[in-house]
Amino acid sequence: MANSNSAQNTPASPELPVVNPTRRKAVKAGFATLGLAAFAAAISPLRSAAKQTSAQAFFQNHYRELSAEDKRKVIARLEAETKEKYGAEVHIADDRPIPGTKFVYAINLSVCNGNGNCVKACHEENNHDRATHQSYIRVLEMDKGSMELGNGDSEYQGVVPKDGKFYLPVQCQQCDEPPCVDVCPVKATWKEEDGIVVIDYNWCIGCRYCEAACPYHARRFNWKQPEIPAEEVNPDQSYLSNRIRPAGVVEKCTYCLHRTRRGKLPACLEACPTGARVFGNILDPESNIRWILENKRVYVLKEELGTKPAFFYYFD
Amino acid sequence: MSDPESVTPDQAAAWDQGSTEAESNPEPELFFVSHESDQGEQASSERSVSIAKGSRIASAVPIQKAPGSDRYPVVIQRYEGAPMIRLQADDPLQRQGQVACSTCHSVRKPNLKNTVAQLDQFHQGFSFAHGQLTCYACHKAQQPDALRLADGQPVAYREVMSMCSQCHSQQAIAYQHGAHGGMNGFWDLSRGPQFKNNCVDCHDPHVPKYPSMKVQFKPHDRFLQTNDQSSDH
Repeated sequence: MANSNSAQNTPASPELPVVNPTRRKAVKAGFATLGLAAFAAAISPLRSAAKQTSAQAFFQNHYRELSAEDKRKVIARLEAETKEKYGAEVHIADDRPIPGTKFVYAINLSVCNGNGNCVKACHEENNHDRATHQSYIRVLEMDKGSMELGNGDSEYQGVVPKDGKFYLPVQCQQCDEPPCVDVCPVKATWKEEDGIVVIDYNWCIGCRYCEAACPYHARRFNWKQPEIPAEEVNPDQSYLSNRIRPAGVVEKCTYCLHRTRRGKLPACLEACPTGARVFGNILDPESNIRWILENKRVYVLKEELGTKPAFFYYFD
Repeated sequence: MSDPESVTPDQAAAWDQGSTEAESNPEPELFFVSHESDQGEQASSERSVSIAKGSRIASAVPIQKAPGSDRYPVVIQRYEGAPMIRLQADDPLQRQGQVACSTCHSVRKPNLKNTVAQLDQFHQGFSFAHGQLTCYACHKAQQPDALRLADGQPVAYREVMSMCSQCHSQQAIAYQHGAHGGMNGFWDLSRGPQFKNNCVDCHDPHVPKYPSMKVQFKPHDRFLQTNDQSSDH
C-alpha cells in the first residue's frame, strides 16, 4: 500500500501550491482596502464633526473636561437650538449646589388625596412631551393597610379620595446609595453635594440600565424628541434639570433644582392643594423637614434595599 | 395658580370688596397665591349658597426682610371683615347680590335654643357640618359680624386662625412647622418670603371637610397604555 502510494505521488504534481503572483496582489490590495476602511472609521468622528453644529458640540461628545468658557458656549448653543427647534426664547442656567444644603422631601399620606395636581405641575415645569403626558411623578392608589407597591394603581380616574384607598405619590427618591448611578456605564449620572441625583443628557447614551436598576421606577426614557408648543415651553431652565431633553436619553426628577437651588420650593409642592408636600434642607435644625422627621411617624419606600432615600412619607 | 384667569368667583368677590389701597396698587403676582383656584375642580358641591370671605389683606409693597434680620418673613394669608352671603339670583343688571349676616341679625334677637335644622327656613340652601357646633359657638351673638373665642372674648376675622386653633391644636402645631396647610414661595427665607394659607383657604368654616376632587391629569403609563396617541413608554 505504501509503495503504491509513493508510486502515485512520484510524478511531479502541477497542483502543488505555487503562489500565484496575481493572487498575492489581490490579497495585498484586500488588506490595503481594509486598512483604509479602518482608518476611515477611526477618523470618522472628524468627518462627522463637520456635520455638527459647532466645535463645542463635537468636543462635548469626545472626552474633554469643559472649562467655564466652554460651558458658557455649550449653554449658548443649547439655547440657540431650543430657539431653532421650538421657537422659544429660553434661559439655561448652570445651577450648582448651595453649600451646606442637603435636600429632603416628605409627603403626608394622611392628607394626600390623589388629585394629581403635582403630576401636572411637574409635566409643565419640566418641559415634558405634551402628547405622552410625561411626568416624573406617579401617584399610586393603594389599598388602605397595604404597602404592596405592586398592587398600586396609577391609572385611577374620577373623584378622589375613594373609600378604602390611600394615595402614594412616587418620584425619584434621590437615594444616598443610588443603584441607578452604580450601573451607568458612561458615568452620565451622579449624585451631587446637595443630594440630587442628576443626568447629563448630552453624555447619556440611552442604554437604560439605570431605568432598570431603579427600584422606584422613577426614571423615564425619551422615546422621541419632546413636542411642546412654543408658548408652553418653560423658559426658566437649567442644564441638569428641565432643559428640553434630546430623544434617546434618560431623564428624572431633580427636585426642580432650577428652582430649589435658587431658594424656591419645587413645582409639585407649590401645586399641591392639600399641603401634603414638605421640602427643605435637612442640615438646618430649624427647618420644617427636621421637625417632621423628629415628630412624625416617618418611613421610606423599600427600606430593605438599602438605597437610603432622601424622600420620606409620614402619617398624622 | 397665579394666572388671573383662574381666579374663582369667591376670590374675585373678595377682591371686589378690597380696600382702595389694594386696588390702586397692583401687587406682584407672586403674592397671596391662594390654593383656592385648585378647588375650582371640586368634584361636587351640595352647597347652593356660597359665602364669600372678607376682603383679602393685601400688601401694597413687596415683602421685605424685617429690619435687623437677614431673613424674609413667612406671610400668612388673612381676610379682613365679615364674610358675605352671596345671593342665589343676580339682579336685572346681572350684578350678583351679597348681604352681610348683620343685615338681618342686627334687628333680630338671637335665640340660643335654635338648632341648625330649625333655622333652615331662613337660611335656605345653607349647609352646616362642623361637628356639634352651633352658630354662636364662633359668632358673637350681640355682634353678628364678629367672632368670639371660647371664653367669650371677641376676635377679629383677620385673627380667625387663633379661634380655629382652640379645638384643632394638633393641626395648629403641625401648621407652624409646615406639616399642615401647604406653602408657596421660598424654602430658603434668606432669599425670599414664603406664603402660607389661612385655615379658611382650604376649609370652609361651615363645612370644613376638605372637598373631594376630580383627577384632571394622568400620565400615560406604559404598562397599561391603550391610547395610540402616546408612545410605548
